[in-house]
Amino acid sequence: MAKISIRDLRHSYVAKPTREDDWALKRISLECRDGGAYALLGPSGCGKTTLLSLISGLLRPTEGRIFFDERDVTEATPEKRNIAQVFQFPVIYDTMSIHDNLAFPLRNRGIEKPEVERRVGEIAKLLELDKVLDRRAAGLTADGKQKISLGRGLVRTDVNVIMFDEPLTVIDPHLKWELRSKLKELHHRTRRTMIYVTHDQTEALTFAEQVVVMKDGLIVQIGTPVELFERPRHTFVGHFIGSPGMNVLPCEIKSGQAFIGEHAVKTVEGRPSGNKHLELGVRPEFVSFTATGLPVDVIKVSDAGRFRIVETKHAPHTIKLLVPEGTEIPASAAHVHFDPAHTQVYEEGWMIA
Amino acid sequence: MNKTLNHKAWVFVLPVVVFVAFNAIIPLMTVVNFSVQESFGDNVFFWAGMRWFEQVLHSERFHAALLRQLLFTGIVLAIQIPLGLAIALAMPRRGPWVSVCLVFMALPLLIPWNVVGAMWNIFALPDIGFLGKLINALGFHYNYTRQPLGAWFTVVLMDVWHWTSLVTLLCYAGLVAIPDAYYQAAKIDGAGRWAVFRHIQLPKLKHVLTIAVLLRFMDSFMIYTEVVVLTGGGPGNATTFLSIDLVKMALGQFDLGPAAAMSLIYFLVIMFSSWLFYTLMMRKEER
Amino acid sequence: MRLRYLVPFIYILFLMLPIYWLLNMSFKTTNEILGQFTLWPRKFTFDNYAKIFTDPTWYWGYINSLIYVLINTALSVSVALPAAYAFSRYHFLGDKHLFFWLLSNRMAPPAVFALPFLQLYSAVGLFDTHIAVALAHTLFNIPLAVWILEGFMSGVPKELDETAYVDGYSFWRFFMKIFVPTIAAGIGVACFFCFMFSWVELLLAKTLTSVEAKPIAATMTRTASTSGYELGLLAAAGVLTIVPGAFVIYFVRNYIAKGFALGRV
Repeated sequence: MAKISIRDLRHSYVAKPTREDDWALKRISLECRDGGAYALLGPSGCGKTTLLSLISGLLRPTEGRIFFDERDVTEATPEKRNIAQVFQFPVIYDTMSIHDNLAFPLRNRGIEKPEVERRVGEIAKLLELDKVLDRRAAGLTADGKQKISLGRGLVRTDVNVIMFDEPLTVIDPHLKWELRSKLKELHHRTRRTMIYVTHDQTEALTFAEQVVVMKDGLIVQIGTPVELFERPRHTFVGHFIGSPGMNVLPCEIKSGQAFIGEHAVKTVEGRPSGNKHLELGVRPEFVSFTATGLPVDVIKVSDAGRFRIVETKHAPHTIKLLVPEGTEIPASAAHVHFDPAHTQVYEEGWMIA
Repeated sequence: MNKTLNHKAWVFVLPVVVFVAFNAIIPLMTVVNFSVQESFGDNVFFWAGMRWFEQVLHSERFHAALLRQLLFTGIVLAIQIPLGLAIALAMPRRGPWVSVCLVFMALPLLIPWNVVGAMWNIFALPDIGFLGKLINALGFHYNYTRQPLGAWFTVVLMDVWHWTSLVTLLCYAGLVAIPDAYYQAAKIDGAGRWAVFRHIQLPKLKHVLTIAVLLRFMDSFMIYTEVVVLTGGGPGNATTFLSIDLVKMALGQFDLGPAAAMSLIYFLVIMFSSWLFYTLMMRKEER
Repeated sequence: MRLRYLVPFIYILFLMLPIYWLLNMSFKTTNEILGQFTLWPRKFTFDNYAKIFTDPTWYWGYINSLIYVLINTALSVSVALPAAYAFSRYHFLGDKHLFFWLLSNRMAPPAVFALPFLQLYSAVGLFDTHIAVALAHTLFNIPLAVWILEGFMSGVPKELDETAYVDGYSFWRFFMKIFVPTIAAGIGVACFFCFMFSWVELLLAKTLTSVEAKPIAATMTRTASTSGYELGLLAAAGVLTIVPGAFVIYFVRNYIAKGFALGRV
């Protein structure tokens, strides 16, 4: 187990990077505490897989340093870093039995037989594979094989961190939930540092204690799932997390008060440095219908089970709100009110402090 | 793929059947015809039943040719498969040199077989050939035109030169198809080079290696032109393999009965192998 | 540079050696070849190549070979296309057996067919024509083409066909305008292998021809036996037979790996 520190990491796949676009990772600094569960969340191309490969040692960074506890491992190979990785598709040794698959990493390190048996038995029980240890690994379903991949990481006692690279990609949808819960349970039981890369917010938000949201090679926000939801520090986080995403409307600040057009809106405290490109963000959960407020036209109502998603228009912008079951929805013209505690102002995309 | 049942598909297949049947069935019928008849010239034929088959199967000449063939195929397989695999393993998996290497390696496969034979014929001559001169200069007394051992050595070397690339190209394609994640996982698991070969590469190459072995088995069993141009089957019959023996019999003689019988036996051996090939391949794909 | 890269390097050196020797001889006079042992030509000469390019008996050999190879490739691949499609998309009576029978012809020893072919093609009056050799080679090239094309076609999901029909395409329009471009790589690979096997096969080519359609191989053997050993000339002729092959590989070099990757050679 180890604490992982990443300092000013920059990486480019191009031999001689010149423009900003040549950098896959623009500047990343991150601290992962020992035994924590982290998710790297972001759209394709944001650099999360690159970051994972750099942490595991499969890539050497162009600039910056990586530390495991106080040890500088930037130059170390994956074997020397003592990491484990679960890949997008199950990687198992087809010719060996499940037992031998789990034992493989231990035998390669010269661990004594009784110890090997003990560890394999323990982990097999944890993964509910103890009854089928003698079966050939190739005969398992995809989720079973992923469990073995994970198991090979768990059998080793010297593992500093276990990395997951979109591990549920090939799993059947109805099994995804099961495997997800299993992973969370395993984290609780083994208390290993785990880093989970995904583009799926549900996976990230259910697994992780801390979510690292990335976009275009930069970390946009690090926080607990609740923090990310309630206090998105960037409009991108607002868009990406939550379904439907945050409403974003252009606004202005006049004498310390936010205005959408002519209408004053109460927001969370904050002072912008200038008056350019200001936006107001509020999640549909925190928008409600009122008698007076911002005028809107009701366009569409979608049923989402326990609540309804109402799409309204304050020309030319769309504002969505969530209305619980049973509440009346106005027919056409209406007014909406934003909860001041959850309405933020953003400058150039970033929340003003 | 879910195939739909449609007997009208025969229309699509008909042209192929016509061409192949014309070339396969009619000649084969001719051969079968000859193999069960005896002729005394002037186009007069008598039914001979299994006589030719028995004669061939009991003839020492056939046995000798068969034995030589089996020995040749055995040696050639034993060299080409491991060698081809080793070269494929040693090649870089990516990079600018890969296509260059592949192009050079493919070249021997595209040389007309008589040119291959002629090339080696001269290349191995002890007086004006580079190889011949080299081996003699190293102290060995080498002359493939006179020594059966020398002839075998040259024939085997020529075949290795000619066909190993086929094995290499097949194995290389198989290796490149293995996703990087397997190598990365092996690294993380602390597996050494040998373990990676035994547990990852070899299992994943099983399909490709089967094809390579069976292709080389069959093609080497049918070898004709290169050997004829190189040694003519000699010295004496030292390198007279099955095809060479058959052609000598067929094109040189009046009575086609024995030649036809031998053709059929020869053909059946290969049919059996191709059945084996087909079954193994289809079984693998059903998995 | 890793040390193990030495292995392919040495192997390629080994492969190039006999070819170099041939090249070497082609630029020498026969006297020099027989008279002394030299690693490169002391008296460099283009005479051998000149002879081949100017003497009709020689250059017709190449042209004849090229003609029947190209006819064969075009024939084999175009006939194989619909058949491969049928094997890939449909079940029909006897399909598995038919496929097996086709493959078995690829495995047929040409030696078995030498005499019967001679009789057959003489009987239909096709002896000593390019068509004869082109047709004879279809015996093993058509099954090969069908095998390769079927492999590539199976990689294209049936949904493509179905979508096209829903969109109103007739079968042939779909086949020519949509399907064929999709498997272009497969067609390339099939053409490559048909070309290769027809270009290099010589037992049948020699048996079925004598003067009109004589392939270069026959011309070369005639030279070797009748006019004594005109080695320089032979060498030049040999080098020139390697050229088309080299060209073809160069053009399909990007598909070589892909083609072998199917494992269907």
